[in-house]
Amino acid sequence: MGQVKSLADLRKIKEELQGRMSLRENSNNPESLVQVKVAMATCGIASGAKQVMDFFIEEFEKRNIQAVVTQTGCMGYCFAEPTVEITLPGHSPVVYGYVDTKKADDIIEKYIKNGELVDGIIPVNYETIEKK
Amino acid sequence: MKDLSMHIMDIAQNSISAGAGTIEVEISENRITDLYRIVISDNGKGMTAEYAAKVTDPYVTGRTTRKVGLGLPLLKQNAERTGGSLEIKSEPDKGTRVTAFFSLKNIDRPPLGDIAGTMVLLAAANLKIRFIYCHITEKDTFTFDTREVNAMLEGMPISEAGVIRFLKEMIRENLQEISIAG
Repeated sequence: MGQVKSLADLRKIKEELQGRMSLRENSNNPESLVQVKVAMATCGIASGAKQVMDFFIEEFEKRNIQAVVTQTGCMGYCFAEPTVEITLPGHSPVVYGYVDTKKADDIIEKYIKNGELVDGIIPVNYETIEKK
Repeated sequence: MKDLSMHIMDIAQNSISAGAGTIEVEISENRITDLYRIVISDNGKGMTAEYAAKVTDPYVTGRTTRKVGLGLPLLKQNAERTGGSLEIKSEPDKGTRVTAFFSLKNIDRPPLGDIAGTMVLLAAANLKIRFIYCHITEKDTFTFDTREVNAMLEGMPISEAGVIRFLKEMIRENLQEISIAG
């Protein structure tokens, strides 16, 4: 049986990661990166937001896209969870609802790579019943 | 919630909203005493005793985007289903401590689920917060502390995909080593 990994091993892989990282050091300004916020409140978590967040992190690495993936709270669209807010550099944020890994794949390929809007956008002027 | 790690992710979000600088998750399990306990504590802004007493009411929430808050009520329900309970201690400006007691062997206790992924995602999405995860079994104790991780990384963020992958594997292997119940 192999040795159980420890933090000491992290130092070893760090060197290797460092090399890959320095290539994109130039674009360390967050404004110039794609920003993805996954809604992670009770409603989001219960609908599978974690898998979606994992998917974005893994796929960005595989497809070599520089992006920041973070979590946010409930935006009030509990019915449409998991919801994801995507901000492309220089663009206004766009919120997508009902995002599963298949939809996330579509968002990466079409919206993030080419700027083509994908179905399932929650419009910003959406009003809740109480406001009417 | 399908598993306990999702509850932990959920309750930790409350701590994040409370402006916590440190969030500690402690899971202790004992097959002999049949106890499975999860403690989530933070040094966030806390709540008054009065408010803390009513947060397990679904119609009480600190949010403004919606009128119901189900995080704590759902955890309470799951704990009580196994004959356990939920305890909330909080003090304004000091922090909050949520403790869920479960019966380890009870068939209604949800499995722990992907705790490694949960802790690493929390740390990666909230780089400024220190997360400490401690898992205690009869055999041994495993502790994961993002302060130690950051000391090793010397400036590289935990959110780096390679680091995330390594940390998940590291936590999983160590938990297996101390024979967690799952």
